[in-house]
Amino acid sequence: MLNFLLAFIPRAVVQGIPLLYGCTGEIITEKSGNLNLGIPGVMYVGAISGVIGAFFYERSFADTAAMNPALAILIPLLCCLLGSLLMGLLYSFLTVTLRANQNVVGLAMTTFGVGFGNFFGGSLIKLVDSDVPSIALTATSAFFSKKLPFAGSLGAIGDLFLSYGFMAYLSVAIALIASYVLNHTRTGLHLRAVGEDPYTADAVGISVSRYKYAATCIGCMIAGLGGLYYVMDYATGVWSNNAFGDRGWLAIALVIFTVWRPKLSIFASFLFGGLYILYLYIPTGMDHMELQELYKMIPYVVTLLVLVVTSIRSKKEDQPPASLGKAYFREER
Amino acid sequence: MKAENAAVSIRGVSKAFGSVRANHKVDLDIYRGEILALLGENGSGKTTLMNMLSGIYFPDEGQIFINGVERVIRSPRDAHALGIGMVHQHFKLVDVLSAAENISLGLHERLNIREATERINEICEKYGFDVDPRQKVYDMSVSQKQTVEIVKVLYRGADILILDEPTAVLTPQETEKLFDVLRRMKKDGKAIVIITHKMHEVEEISDRVAVLRAGEYIGSVDTRDMDVEQMTSMMVGHSVSLNIKREDPVGVRPRIEVKGLTVRNDEGVLKLRDVSFTANTGEILGVAGISGCGQKELLEAIAGLQPVESGEVNYIRDDGSREPLLGKDPLSISEMGVSMSFVPEDRLGMGLVANMDIADNMMLRTCRKGKGPFTDRKPSKKLAKEVVKKLDIVTPGITTPVRRLSGGNVQKVLVGREIASDPKVLLTAYAVRGLDINSSYTIYNLINEQKERGVAVIFVGEDLDVLLELSDRIMVLCGGRVSGILDARTADKNHIGRLMTTAGGREGHE
Repeated sequence: MLNFLLAFIPRAVVQGIPLLYGCTGEIITEKSGNLNLGIPGVMYVGAISGVIGAFFYERSFADTAAMNPALAILIPLLCCLLGSLLMGLLYSFLTVTLRANQNVVGLAMTTFGVGFGNFFGGSLIKLVDSDVPSIALTATSAFFSKKLPFAGSLGAIGDLFLSYGFMAYLSVAIALIASYVLNHTRTGLHLRAVGEDPYTADAVGISVSRYKYAATCIGCMIAGLGGLYYVMDYATGVWSNNAFGDRGWLAIALVIFTVWRPKLSIFASFLFGGLYILYLYIPTGMDHMELQELYKMIPYVVTLLVLVVTSIRSKKEDQPPASLGKAYFREER
Repeated sequence: MKAENAAVSIRGVSKAFGSVRANHKVDLDIYRGEILALLGENGSGKTTLMNMLSGIYFPDEGQIFINGVERVIRSPRDAHALGIGMVHQHFKLVDVLSAAENISLGLHERLNIREATERINEICEKYGFDVDPRQKVYDMSVSQKQTVEIVKVLYRGADILILDEPTAVLTPQETEKLFDVLRRMKKDGKAIVIITHKMHEVEEISDRVAVLRAGEYIGSVDTRDMDVEQMTSMMVGHSVSLNIKREDPVGVRPRIEVKGLTVRNDEGVLKLRDVSFTANTGEILGVAGISGCGQKELLEAIAGLQPVESGEVNYIRDDGSREPLLGKDPLSISEMGVSMSFVPEDRLGMGLVANMDIADNMMLRTCRKGKGPFTDRKPSKKLAKEVVKKLDIVTPGITTPVRRLSGGNVQKVLVGREIASDPKVLLTAYAVRGLDINSSYTIYNLINEQKERGVAVIFVGEDLDVLLELSDRIMVLCGGRVSGILDARTADKNHIGRLMTTAGGREGHE
């Protein structure tokens, strides 16, 4: 059993990291009152942007050993952030400045993001003229998934806690920072006020649009990193179209599961990561492949249960931000 | 051009919303150490004008001088910097935050709740407020929320205070407490503007009144030189008489009989305990009580909207036969002639659909009458026109969505529709909430007309003076219990005030 857990937990964790990025990003966004259903698309765009950056950097070397480690990490990272930022700006411009319906914009952006990823992914695959429908950026991935040198020599502890690439730790750090900022700083207080009641926030001189733009863009950039982590570390640098799957939706479900608390989302995302791959560990036999599909539902079922429980308890602190999904217009009457 | 030593001088300020002129070339001076009452009918632009001072709206033209210097107020933040603070009619507080967090919202200094708590306590001590800085807003009563709002304004060092209908939701005792605080602030040299529709409060608290009519500034007078009728005439533009004509009830027969009614709300809190009374035809039964003491549940139980735990509600026909109302659905109850006009705190919550126009809202009552699957819009259009004309509703037309009307006009639409349905029983709650004095009297007269027609009226009110003048009998509710049923002609206001708060009066707020 212990051995099983030792093998299972690190796999659950690496599954959970992209979710954690997406979830933290979406929590920050939703705290500003913007329900960004475009997160799955943003994560796709983040991933493909990073891949494009890495692709051209890696291709400019005949011998990948000559690559500069710092640049090999920075270029995809910055490309990813830029791509996600543009998505965030697009969403904010449409919903905050033009006050378009958030759900419609979000869903459109998800469709757009997935298509964008697949289009440029497909283009890159054409460029390399590969036999398989994927591109491998093995050299770049090596930099991303580099483990601490002494991780292997620490036995179980090392496997459980130290066997991940730097972006895994970054995701936890970002979640902790987000939690601190939201709950203990003035910026966080103002952001929560904007998401709860923008009219009140505005009346005390908080710039609602600025907070909404900033939170949405930062949230998108964080979510985009989840896509990057998925390709560069989890998938060892291999991009193939649609491989990212429905992880973006799972991240949004996580936001509800964690009742909008980034600190909770660290553990919750690992739990969801575990639930997401649980079906691989439950023997179903060849006769009952359909059961696997049922097991894949578990994360969503758990989210539904959380929704039921929180709405029965109806504790004010566990409810979504009060103005979530609504556009703000000062002179509305 | 501008007045000497005025804290605020407004000169030639105009503001329009689309084609609606909210303010037109308004001049107004506000002085320190003075309480100014800003009067005007609903939709006369009082709130709009004050919103321009507090930076919510930006004037289309005109100048604003603060302490003799011309200033541009672009945002609420600018207003704070100039020492202007406004307590809005609808509280601007974030429910899930604590009092201290709400009070320090929007400031730039480093977040330090402990320090903020200390400063809040200092302010509370100075002016005699009672605020627990750690209490969450959603746990507070209306009057506590208002206190937090006032402290919030003072915390920012405001010395020009604007209060928009601060007493609309307070009990007489709470109002008295608020006025004590305002007097203390006045003595402290602050400039205070208060918007209210309750004229006896204007007489009690203000030093000067300024009047707006249809967005234009009419003039200002010292309060002691004016009586209520003169002020009202100034607001309306022609002389009005402010008498509620209370005829003695004729043909009094029991119509609605309530026995031992007990109601629990969704959260399982007892809202009504063993309530028994009779409402008679040709009589107005006033219901007094602190808001949230079961008034809403009582009316809804009669109208069939609220499940009842135990008790009976009977409708007594002209021939004396009884028919139980409990267990009937709202539709069949309203077909029996029990009509309810309930004006909830958020006005549009029950009764009207905000995005539909006046005519369509009229049709909500009658849409089942037409033949076939198609609606007949003609009668509702006609009715809408009649109601607009009869109640002087300010609207660009009957096709304007109801949410664009000012609060008072929304209410007129609702009350007008309910009365038009020719009821046998009229249930009304807060029918004049937020209405100016002239429209209030229009509504009182309409209700009186209904009474004379032999309708049994149950009138849930807030203003005790009005309840005493309008009702024939007054039932006082306190924490869901009936703490007394009095004859309105002989009842004493203070006695009612005491009945409202004794016998576990706070339980209603659990």
